[in-house]
Amino acid sequence: MILFLAYAAVCFSLLSALCALLMRQRNNLMSLTQTCCARYPAQLRHCKDWLEANGYPRRIQLTSFVLLGISAVSAILAGLSVLLSQAVVTDQLSLGLPWLPWHVRFDSLSGLFYLIIGIAILAVACYGPGYVKDDDEQAHPFAVLGLFTGLFIAGMLLVLLADDAFFFMIAWELMSVASYFLVAFQHENSTNRRAAFVYLIMAEVGAIMIILAFGVLAAFADGFTFDALRRIGLSETWSSIAFVLALLGFGMKAGLAPLHVWLPEAHPVAPSHISALMSGVMLKVAVYGLIRFSFDLLGDIQWQWGVALMILGAFSALAGILYAMMQANLKRLLAYSSVENIGIIFMVLGLAMIFLAKGHPQLAALGLIAALLHAFNHALFKNLLFLGAGIIQHQVHQLNIELMGGLIQRMPDTSKLLLVACMSIASLPLFNGFVSEWLAFQTALQVDVLADGVLRSLIPVAAAALALTAALAAACFVNLYGIVFLGQARSSHSAKAQECDDKGMRLSLALLAALCFLFGIFPGLIINLIESVSLQLLGHSLPNPNAAGWLWLAPVGAEQASYAAPLVLLGVLIAGGISFRYLRRDPAMALRQSETWDCGFGGITPRMQYTGGAFTMPFRRIFAKVWRLEEQIDRQTDDIGLQVSDIHYQLHVEDHCWPSLYQPLERSVNRSARLIGRIQTGNIRTYLAYSFATLLLLLWIIS
Amino acid sequence: MDHQLMNVLLAILQTLLFIILAPLLAGWLKRCKCYLQNRKAPSLMQPYRDLLKLTHKQPVVSKQASWLFVISPYIIFSAMVLAAAVVPLIAVDLPTAAGADVIVLVGFFAFARFFLALAGLDVGTAFGGMGSSREMTISSLAEPAMLMAIFTLTMTASTTNLSYAIAHVLGEGMVLRPSFIFALFALVLVAIAECGRIPVDNPATHLELTMIHEAMILEYSGRHLALIEWASQLKLMLYGVLIANIFFPWGIAETLTLQDLGYGLLAIVGKLALLAIVLALSETLFAKMRLFRVQEYLSFAYLLGLLGMLSHIILEASR
Repeated sequence: MILFLAYAAVCFSLLSALCALLMRQRNNLMSLTQTCCARYPAQLRHCKDWLEANGYPRRIQLTSFVLLGISAVSAILAGLSVLLSQAVVTDQLSLGLPWLPWHVRFDSLSGLFYLIIGIAILAVACYGPGYVKDDDEQAHPFAVLGLFTGLFIAGMLLVLLADDAFFFMIAWELMSVASYFLVAFQHENSTNRRAAFVYLIMAEVGAIMIILAFGVLAAFADGFTFDALRRIGLSETWSSIAFVLALLGFGMKAGLAPLHVWLPEAHPVAPSHISALMSGVMLKVAVYGLIRFSFDLLGDIQWQWGVALMILGAFSALAGILYAMMQANLKRLLAYSSVENIGIIFMVLGLAMIFLAKGHPQLAALGLIAALLHAFNHALFKNLLFLGAGIIQHQVHQLNIELMGGLIQRMPDTSKLLLVACMSIASLPLFNGFVSEWLAFQTALQVDVLADGVLRSLIPVAAAALALTAALAAACFVNLYGIVFLGQARSSHSAKAQECDDKGMRLSLALLAALCFLFGIFPGLIINLIESVSLQLLGHSLPNPNAAGWLWLAPVGAEQASYAAPLVLLGVLIAGGISFRYLRRDPAMALRQSETWDCGFGGITPRMQYTGGAFTMPFRRIFAKVWRLEEQIDRQTDDIGLQVSDIHYQLHVEDHCWPSLYQPLERSVNRSARLIGRIQTGNIRTYLAYSFATLLLLLWIIS
Repeated sequence: MDHQLMNVLLAILQTLLFIILAPLLAGWLKRCKCYLQNRKAPSLMQPYRDLLKLTHKQPVVSKQASWLFVISPYIIFSAMVLAAAVVPLIAVDLPTAAGADVIVLVGFFAFARFFLALAGLDVGTAFGGMGSSREMTISSLAEPAMLMAIFTLTMTASTTNLSYAIAHVLGEGMVLRPSFIFALFALVLVAIAECGRIPVDNPATHLELTMIHEAMILEYSGRHLALIEWASQLKLMLYGVLIANIFFPWGIAETLTLQDLGYGLLAIVGKLALLAIVLALSETLFAKMRLFRVQEYLSFAYLLGLLGMLSHIILEASR
């Protein structure tokens, strides 16, 4: 039954892709129904009504998204049922090559990620019809978008089902390539083509790394199935090599710095619901891959891997949020913030590995749960933010936050829902982001059990880096929310923006925001589910699971640490309610509205308020080395040169990674290509000489 | 069950005491400062009078402002009240302390700050944005330093629950711990930065180039201003109580008898009064520094916290 639901999720996403393909087949469908339903005139009429020319494209879009919704619901049900029953279901599909059937395994780890993907797709399925409604069918055909969306989702779901390296790679490639086409969807812009190309290269290099990592394992095993790979006991060196390869491969997909360069390029140019899926879910599939590979397949974890992962994660988190802060493009900002969150996840995974290798499996379980919970939470709020960014782009017609402002008045619902997202991602109490961060801190604080002095001082420093990241994230999202929604409108588009009138789009946002709040108040609901993952994977659960009732969160023990979000919420309500009630008791004291104080000069214009660039200026001064900054101030003075008549300020912020890491690589590849190119002279005699020399060489080797 | 109810009541009483005492601390601090600077001091009760006067005034809200501006004071105030509820003031082992540990406490501060900064940006003036930007900058540098200092404490007591941690320090008796001295200095530096005192910010100024906290709340008036002022007084007292009760916990009530609670109250009032004198002295002796020197100041605080933690690991860990 569980497996049936899991398959159903895949099948319905494929069906949705097929349905999108029918967009161009209206005439064929007409003739088909004519032949099929010739005997039943009543049904024929129904079909004809359905195929009527005006509404046809809209109906196909709706059907395609409804199918996605069904796929989402079955994915959620499958995930939930496997998590609750803690079952491990295996199966074989005789697809693919005749001697290599596809092995399928559906366990708690897959189930959790099924749940994450399911929720994300559900939101997208509500959001999609409204989003694609106004697209120009000629320029951006829905058939292409729908087809690849379905394939992309099916690919992600199949990766989670795979139980042999062969099937895993096929699903992985399906996911990568389908998402390449989605990034390249609006291909008329050169930036989109460039982004898609960079993405494809990175995805393929990453895939090669993963293949090599599997290859190392398969070389010692008698087959490609994960069971066979699990059984071999690798030597330390070989398993380290396999781990590094897997880390490179999965890290590339997950957007771990410095392998993240495709992410800020690809996310802004893809359609919003696609970037939501890519950022919220596809990165998580990479996290799944790494967890499956290292915790499940490799087995004997070494603590050095954990240290590497922790340092890389901390680096990634800090770099991600610092770069995010400087972005003026809304979706680029969100993309960099994903780099940050992936960094946090990897860092906590590193902690889990250290604890596991040092013989503290219960603390490792705590770390693993913290990492998985953060992955889950990040999927919720990042989807919410990307979908919200799509609405904003739709209404304001741009993504530059410096040209927005005042949207809280014009788009009240969207602004409230996105406030929830910003508070969650800034990890404030009462919201889900805080819970996972709290668990991460609790994991780091258990460092006292380790005997190694270096580790004991290294881990708290990493935790302090996490604290800095969280504080910077709060600043970054204050900036984002303040510049986009508060203040006065900075452009005419922003002043004329309207609330999005599509119910489905707002519903999807509301769904995600409600989940962010729900799991912030009752984190026990989801933590109990995740516990079964660590039970299956590590054989251990939280150190003191019984200390946590439904009201409390006390992972290590009530004496060590506890957090009761419902009580906190109750406290806030009481304190806020009393102060509000007491101060508002006199109706004559209601507010008086008046103009903003303008220092007596008269007239506050929108240009007087702080911009995003101004808001982040202190950070730019303090962390100046982090970015490649080009600041330019053009000052034009009047004839005498005393009064400034005009000032132009230009700011260009760039990632260090691209010019200092990737450009040298690109240059050396080009140079060697030119060198090798020299052997091609275009002269037939030279080629004959080559063949002759080769033949001689071969003869010499053979004899 | 009766016992439980009693504890809850005591916890609520303690929180109320916290809220009521906070303006008194501000008044006392002002008084000390005035004495030191040869000025005539206002009465100790002046902060209460100011708050009362503000609550009776009709607030003026800018037409630009959204609902966020109006609800922010309530949110900020509630966050501070909650923070006050979890910090042991006169007694350890109260039930509210279990609802939130010290990391959640930092979270409450972040919550209040988030809304304060948004409110600063909401009206759309240059001052508000400037204040928000500076506040977020300083706090994001202060937070790692603060957590570093707290980690030192929590690693010693192996709990993040403040109540248990203080009880642990009490139980050990008078032990000279180098790590605690470093952590104490780090926390003092952070407290000065977070509460917006000299040399980081000057709470008495309204000069546009120097103000940070004041710039954000420039547009507030009436009861909204009263709540925000009260919240910042609470924050000052919270940091004071943290410093006093973690590093010098003696006197705090360990059993909930009337006598012990009385001593606890006396002890904390005495400790806070002393702490305020020290703060007033430092505010008189030092001048406010430039905004971009604050990063050096806070990295020094971070370094102290780090040193505290390292000395804990090297010198004090039992292994």
